[in-house]
Amino acid sequence: MFLGAPLALLFFGSLADNKTGDLTLDNYRALSTPSVVAAFRNSIEISLITAVVGGVFGFLLACAVILGGMPRILRDSLMTFSGVASNFAGIPLALAFTYTLSTTGLLTVILKDLGIDIYAGDFTIFSKLGIEIVYLYFQFPLMVLIIAPAIDGLKPEWREASENMGASGSQYWRRVALPILTPTLLGSMILLFGNSFGAQATAYQLTAGQVQLVPLAIGNQISGDVLHNVGLGYAMAMGMVVIMGGSIAIYTVLQRRAERWLR
Amino acid sequence: MTDDPEGVEDLDVLDVLHDEIPQAPRPATTPARGGDRRRRRFGAPWAWMVFIIGVLYFVIPLIATFQVSMKARPLFAAYANAISDPRFLSSLTYSFVVGVITVVLSIALIVPTAYWVRLRTPAFRPLVEFVTLLPFVIPPVVLVFGLIKTYKGPPLPFTNSEIGSTALLVFAYVVLSLPYMYRSVDSGMRTIDIRSLTEAAQSMGAGWFTILVRIILPNLRVALLSGAFLSLAIVIGEFTIAAYLVRPAFGPYLSLLGANKAYEPAAVTLISFGITWLAMIAIALVGRGSRSKITIGGAR
Repeated sequence: MFLGAPLALLFFGSLADNKTGDLTLDNYRALSTPSVVAAFRNSIEISLITAVVGGVFGFLLACAVILGGMPRILRDSLMTFSGVASNFAGIPLALAFTYTLSTTGLLTVILKDLGIDIYAGDFTIFSKLGIEIVYLYFQFPLMVLIIAPAIDGLKPEWREASENMGASGSQYWRRVALPILTPTLLGSMILLFGNSFGAQATAYQLTAGQVQLVPLAIGNQISGDVLHNVGLGYAMAMGMVVIMGGSIAIYTVLQRRAERWLR
Repeated sequence: MTDDPEGVEDLDVLDVLHDEIPQAPRPATTPARGGDRRRRRFGAPWAWMVFIIGVLYFVIPLIATFQVSMKARPLFAAYANAISDPRFLSSLTYSFVVGVITVVLSIALIVPTAYWVRLRTPAFRPLVEFVTLLPFVIPPVVLVFGLIKTYKGPPLPFTNSEIGSTALLVFAYVVLSLPYMYRSVDSGMRTIDIRSLTEAAQSMGAGWFTILVRIILPNLRVALLSGAFLSLAIVIGEFTIAAYLVRPAFGPYLSLLGANKAYEPAAVTLISFGITWLAMIAIALVGRGSRSKITIGGAR
């Protein structure tokens, strides 16, 4: 098999955690130290929030251009733009948002002139909330891309049929469209979750380590900045793989359910 | 209808139907008609509101970046400085070359595999699909961590030499590009009848290599190109793996620049946005008519 080599490579990398000399579970016990727990909690929290918010907004946006009766050109340009934005991440994205929402950022200044001081509270772009705002920039375009084919797949006949039976618009959505879309919606959100869970470069550039996230913690283990504990790094890496693997598994199951109705 | 220029312009089926039904005189002005048209399906106002919020979210950071890049004096100095920095060009070239090598290797790896699986061993299909999904499961940080730990010393001391580290980087990027490449190649193969093509080529005496290079590859042109552009865009913007392997790539360069300069990073940010944009337009151009691309970025 041509894929054998990279596969072996991946296995070497990710399964080497048991090889810290003797077979031991100490690395996994070390996962319960407060800083690591905090990193996992932050990562999961940010990923969940951006997945749900990005998912809902991306869904609405896709609905708006597909079902809202808007000119075709807007839809096409939104799809292209989504392709760009969902791939526009990492360092440039972090920089762009620093120019937008840092204390001297464009939007901050404009809002201040309008009498809204977003820095009145303890908000900073380098905080958890800041990361969430930035991640949403690639999350909801991705949602638009994933969900658009599903919304396209809603057959007009279903709507006509439900209208013939006297259903109102909201009844159609609650009883017909949403149940059909639910597996796709959930699956897409899980994909978004994994998407932001594995993100590293953006947060690295943005927060300079002020918010502890799992990918950043692993990065620290590589460069040996903080407590240098290779075994713990392996264990955290495995923790990430388990969470990502779990989400992809759920995604696959939901995808199968979704295919029952679409296409 | 013949004396109605609007009716001629308008190819919408519903409008044609409406025109045939006797109805109250239509308002003469086009704007009102446009409004009517939007409201035909439900909820146009909310649709516009959502759309505008979305556009603002897209555009404001770009405007802010542009504004910062324009603060430098004289005008466009940020761009001139950024481009004239020798490291800008060298890092961009480095990333581009690495990207091209990655794409070539990835095609050389994926096409025969996908071909073989489709033609001979469909039983392996789920396994191959699983393997190509692995890069989604294994984040770049974890991948580079594993690579460094595996190859930092004997028997395979890759990270000790420049060329070794670059090879490792390419290897990591090939892994990263697997999902995109496999998906586009696989859906490309779905649309051509590879079995008949193979049999036809074989009956004319072609060997396996000839079949792959002269029959299969040209037929997959569109799929390969869109996969290649996407991989290239991802590789050029990638930061994590390049940074931890200490490679002079574009991502780490931009990060360094962002920490040290005032206006130039804004200019380079917009340039890198432009590169992504070009790649996407290229994909849209080559892939017109085929709707098989789901793009999930990798340079987070």
